[in-house]
Amino acid sequence: MSAVDATAADPTATGGEARRLTEWVFRVRELGIVGAFVLLMVFTAVMEPRFVNADSLRNLALNAAIFAILAAGQTLVIITRNVDLSVGSVLGLAAFMAGDLLSAHPGLAIPAVIVLGMALGAACGALNGVLVTFGQVPALVVTLGTLYAFRGVAFLWTDGRQVNAETLPDAFLNLGTGSILGVPTLAVIALVVVVVVGQALRDFRVGRELYAIGSNPEGARLAGVRSGRRVFWAFVASGALAGLAGVLFTARFGTVDATAGSGYELTVISATVVGGVAIFGGTGSVYGAALGALLLNTITSSLIVLKVDAFWQQAAIGALLLLAIAFDRLVGLRLDAALRRRSALRAG
Amino acid sequence: MNAAAQPVLALEDAAKSYGAVHALRHGNIALRPGEVRALVGENGAGKSTLVKLLGGVVRLDDGQMLVEGEPVDFHSPTDARDAGIAVIYQEPTLFPDLSVAENVVMGRHPLGGLRRIDRREMRREVQELLDRLGVRLDAERPVRGLSIADQQIVEIAKALSFDARVLIMDEPTAALSGPEVERLFTVVRTLRDRGAAVLFISHRLEEVFALCDTVTIMRDGEVVHSATTAELTPGEVVRRMVGRELSALFPKEAAEIGAPLLRVHRLTREGVFTDVSFEVRAGEIVALAGLVGAGRSEVARAIFGIDRADAGHVEVDGRRLPGRRPLAAMRAGLGFVPEDRRQQGLVMDLSIARNATLTRMGALARGGIIRSRSERRLANDWAQRLQLKFHKLDDPVGFLSGGNQQKVVLAKWLATEPKVLIVDEPTRGIDVGTKAEVHRLLSELAGRGVAVLMISSELPEVLGMADRVLVMHEGRLTGELSRAEATEERVMQAATGQLEAAA
Repeated sequence: MSAVDATAADPTATGGEARRLTEWVFRVRELGIVGAFVLLMVFTAVMEPRFVNADSLRNLALNAAIFAILAAGQTLVIITRNVDLSVGSVLGLAAFMAGDLLSAHPGLAIPAVIVLGMALGAACGALNGVLVTFGQVPALVVTLGTLYAFRGVAFLWTDGRQVNAETLPDAFLNLGTGSILGVPTLAVIALVVVVVVGQALRDFRVGRELYAIGSNPEGARLAGVRSGRRVFWAFVASGALAGLAGVLFTARFGTVDATAGSGYELTVISATVVGGVAIFGGTGSVYGAALGALLLNTITSSLIVLKVDAFWQQAAIGALLLLAIAFDRLVGLRLDAALRRRSALRAG
Repeated sequence: MNAAAQPVLALEDAAKSYGAVHALRHGNIALRPGEVRALVGENGAGKSTLVKLLGGVVRLDDGQMLVEGEPVDFHSPTDARDAGIAVIYQEPTLFPDLSVAENVVMGRHPLGGLRRIDRREMRREVQELLDRLGVRLDAERPVRGLSIADQQIVEIAKALSFDARVLIMDEPTAALSGPEVERLFTVVRTLRDRGAAVLFISHRLEEVFALCDTVTIMRDGEVVHSATTAELTPGEVVRRMVGRELSALFPKEAAEIGAPLLRVHRLTREGVFTDVSFEVRAGEIVALAGLVGAGRSEVARAIFGIDRADAGHVEVDGRRLPGRRPLAAMRAGLGFVPEDRRQQGLVMDLSIARNATLTRMGALARGGIIRSRSERRLANDWAQRLQLKFHKLDDPVGFLSGGNQQKVVLAKWLATEPKVLIVDEPTRGIDVGTKAEVHRLLSELAGRGVAVLMISSELPEVLGMADRVLVMHEGRLTGELSRAEATEERVMQAATGQLEAAA
């Protein structure tokens, strides 16, 4: 029984080591993004010093803010081993609704518009959620369908019209361009969203249950987690955040037509995956996803500043995505092997 | 234990069917406070179905369930848990990405202010539970990478964490080492003394007699006997479990035994199986027997190169196989009919013809294009030889009955004319008539000089078909019996690890 002796002699060391190893991997994951971000900033600044002036940094923050909000919602869904492809279309719907409403009734209170936008998004998310949980249809198919359906509704609704900045009240446009203590308002809102969702996932039962569902769906059911309900609400939350992002989109750009937010879903999912959220659920954090959104936006901005062809921007994002996935896979395999070996060693 | 006490949980004349298969009939069992009851029976006797009923995973077709004498109807595992019933299933139900502590308290995290999770309290609670179980396990480490034994401990901690009145353990000791089993027993006895009812499922009879007060014996989906352990002997329990005559359904015709075609040398996969060596000769059918979870399928997967072996090697007809290369194994003349034909053996949506000829695509192709005429000819040929019952060869293979699906998998491999064929549970879930045909086929193959390695949990099949029986127990070969030596009792003894001690 040498195995038992070994365990007795060095009991907590193996467990502690395994924990440290895992923690280290996750920290490295998020630090890696921060590192890549810093590297990119420095490189671009050296090549083109104008990149680091206040104006362009502000633009960077504003662009990333909208994507960070979408990424927070997407993380909720992906963690449960689902996906929400409809966020770009929901954003478009909410953006146009906000513009249309404010053009017609300039006196409308801004918080009311935000609540309406989020409610519209939540309704779209609820449709996704119902189809996925009660309809038992894979989320990929459901949200691919609603991606087109919601976009179609947007086209019907706009009927070729466009909302212009001139027709929008200044107070609303200030939301998109203004600052609080020197920090762009949009970035503050995004930060609040990311922290609220991030803490909900980290420190509340509902959040932990989402991880459980994504980690082992059958196990979650046996542990008494009401999976259907949780997944449904994850989709509602993702929709509501896409609605919020839509309202902010209008505030930022002023000009909105039926195509607002087209293709955003892929950028958001890329940002989430680059940020370390496993596409098969169970791991990752909103903070990582938000950092991923920041990194992706920075790459786009810096490539524009460096006057690189638009084609290369897409290729760079693709390369980054593949790199992140390859990295996750490699580290995951290594970690698995290390943990398995450690346990085997202990068991003899 | 007080025999007159009101059962805390009972089933009366319970029945459950899956389609036309009666998984459980006349299910009568009563668990009383302060009692440890054993549930024993062969693989497929209906134990797991009974456990799933009690755990609220499946619902009764007939009969009733009583908690404290009151009829109840569990709609979900949550209902069972709320009634104070904790089930530890054979398959792990843990969350690999989350920490041990979170796995234990999932859904019932201790909360602090603002209903936030109190991580310190969670860690303290779980660490205390783990200490009570006498295991050195860090509550904060992720479950991913834990050994089966440690995962089992986490499951038990989970059950303890909500002070279950009834604890149901489906083969909790299958993967535990001696001291770990002792530790578990201590915990179970403590729980019993505090008034919990425990249902303990195990294949190891010495454990049953060491731990349990009462025994319920199942056979062929029915509860056949219930008694106190004091009234029974291990031999009697085995007889009641087996309880039938060997049928003549399984003929292995005499075949000329030739040179060894498959040679497995000291194959090891860490934490799964250890030091497995054997050979199979031309014309021979060798059965690999053992309990579910003994590591038999894993050995087969490693031989075929699906999983990596950490040590040892495999030779087919004298040629050493490169590890982890199923294609190379196929080229060397190895065929593998996996256990789960729906997931691993067939592409359910593809046609019968396509499935049957999947392994021969290379030979059927002309210039890279598969000619459907030759595909059909080959498929038709095999369909006739195997007496396949089908409507059209273009129908998806999912339309066929289980037995006929299995024949398609066999056809697929037979078309490659293998020297060695590994079949994993070839007749599971197949009706009796087709079963006999599969057996006839395997026997015919051996007659033509193929070396057959057959993994089977059905003892009559093992005893009827095999020239030699290898028995595995907890990842090791624990017995090798010739056809003459092999009896149900001896195989069961080796499979439960009792032969080791005797030898």
